[in-house]
Amino acid sequence: MYVKQLSIFVQNTKGRLADITETLAKAGVDIRAISVADTRDFGILRLIVDKPTVAVETLKKANMTVSLTKVIGVGISDKPGEFAKVLRVLSDQDIQVEYMYAFISRDKGKAFVILRVDDAELALSIIQKSNIHILTEDEIANM
Amino acid sequence: MIDDTKYYNPDIECAPREVLSWIQSRRLIKMVKSCYNNVPLYKKRFDEMGLVPEDIKSIEDISKLPFTYKDDLRDAYPFGMFAVPKEKVVRIHASSGTTGKQTVVGYTKNDIDVWSTSVARAITAAGGSKSDLVHISYGYGLFTGGLGLHYGAEKLGAVAVPVSTGNTQRQVTILQDYESDIICCTPSYALYIGETVKEMGIDPKSLKLRAGIFGAEAWSDRMRDRIEKSLAIKAYDIYGLSEIAGPGVSFECCEQNGLHVNEDYFYPEIIDPETGKPLPDGEYGELVFTCIGKEALPLLRYRTRDVCKLERKTCSCGRTFVKMSKPRGRTDDMLVIRGINVFPSQVEYVLLSVNINPNYQIIVDRKNDLDIMEVQVEISDNIFSDTVKNIKNVEHTIAQSLQSVLNISAKVTLVEPNTLPRFEGKANRVIDKRIL
Repeated sequence: MYVKQLSIFVQNTKGRLADITETLAKAGVDIRAISVADTRDFGILRLIVDKPTVAVETLKKANMTVSLTKVIGVGISDKPGEFAKVLRVLSDQDIQVEYMYAFISRDKGKAFVILRVDDAELALSIIQKSNIHILTEDEIANM
Repeated sequence: MIDDTKYYNPDIECAPREVLSWIQSRRLIKMVKSCYNNVPLYKKRFDEMGLVPEDIKSIEDISKLPFTYKDDLRDAYPFGMFAVPKEKVVRIHASSGTTGKQTVVGYTKNDIDVWSTSVARAITAAGGSKSDLVHISYGYGLFTGGLGLHYGAEKLGAVAVPVSTGNTQRQVTILQDYESDIICCTPSYALYIGETVKEMGIDPKSLKLRAGIFGAEAWSDRMRDRIEKSLAIKAYDIYGLSEIAGPGVSFECCEQNGLHVNEDYFYPEIIDPETGKPLPDGEYGELVFTCIGKEALPLLRYRTRDVCKLERKTCSCGRTFVKMSKPRGRTDDMLVIRGINVFPSQVEYVLLSVNINPNYQIIVDRKNDLDIMEVQVEISDNIFSDTVKNIKNVEHTIAQSLQSVLNISAKVTLVEPNTLPRFEGKANRVIDKRIL
């Protein structure tokens, strides 16, 4: 089960991130996780939100370049070595991580990581087999 | 009376106007016949206008002739307008066209001689002589700059040093060690060399260099001052375009105010670009050339799109050749960047060829005295990706295609959709921040 990530093209201009997040706020979209990849001239804002479809429609209406990317979300215990185990499992199968970012939930002791890998299908089946908690869209919506 | 060392062809360069008119008339009549008999496009145009070569009896009749446009050369790509068979052609050059298609020009042995003579006159007018070392930092290749000056220097009997562009420190070392007398390049590169001389801790006055011949780009008197100071030389303008010959169509003399046209080979007119009607001397309009001394590509009334004015009076240098002012603009949207012609339509062509919506803007600026070009392109869904790597790849692909079509490197920046200005009618996609 994949989760949907919003990927948004952001020009490096003043106030642009504020504009985007305000637009989402007006549409009642709640942000769960956030990450920015930045270069000298532009950035890619990556968001995990409670209502991805609404978020995309809203941003497109505001003339932004946005796409939905399928990513894998895993839930792990918030203690040393837990995340390393996930990465080891992937690495053993030669799966490369393109990017990732983490967030914690309101539940104490639980952490989540969003992973974008080169072979998502293989990664998903391996993670499943390794009894690692895979996040579903419902879980994200109801966090 | 005439000091022969000041001119390459004193008899022609200082000839009375009646003599020049006589030469021009004779050559024009011959040229028109060759065009009519050998170039299908001209035959068609003459026939449509009901004109026969015999209608042209003197240079006064030139305004009866049809115009030639850059598009005509593009449509005839590559050799369709050549008036001689290939066995007579000895050289090809090319410049960029408006849609990525080049404009190809050809030369017979005589044409190379005409062109080299024109350049030899220009070098002489800049004070050059047989004993001088002429350092040529124009690009060699399809671009006419390098080989044009090279053959001119050799024609004069001077020592041609074919350094070409790039590796500026080495250029300075060569200027110093070879004791070069004259340098030829684009004015912006001259400034850059001047800057490098300073950085290398060399006093420009310690160089033997005494004159520079600069062209292929528009430049101002302000820039002339800077070049003259930074290299401790006198700076002379040279004008030309490959369609007519290349650099050397006109050149500056010691007066440094206007360029003498080699009018025994290239006959200039100024016309109103809207109506096509000839304008009197002293009025600004579009410069039009007729090649009256060429064989392979004898163009009739070629529309240069450069805006300038003509002045016909004997110059204090003694030349009677008509003087054109430095071009003060263009009638089209052509840009000259680092000496290379760039049309916005070429950028559009490149973007379409890599499947990108051509919502773009060109920004030209000058940093460290070198022209730089940036192309901003609005991102669209089909090229957007969630990874930086993929977007960088798109930028790289665009930059490479631009490089291969334009022959100059451009920085490509992707911007958000609908952020670049939209145009109704004629788009003005260029922001030129250069201060000449």
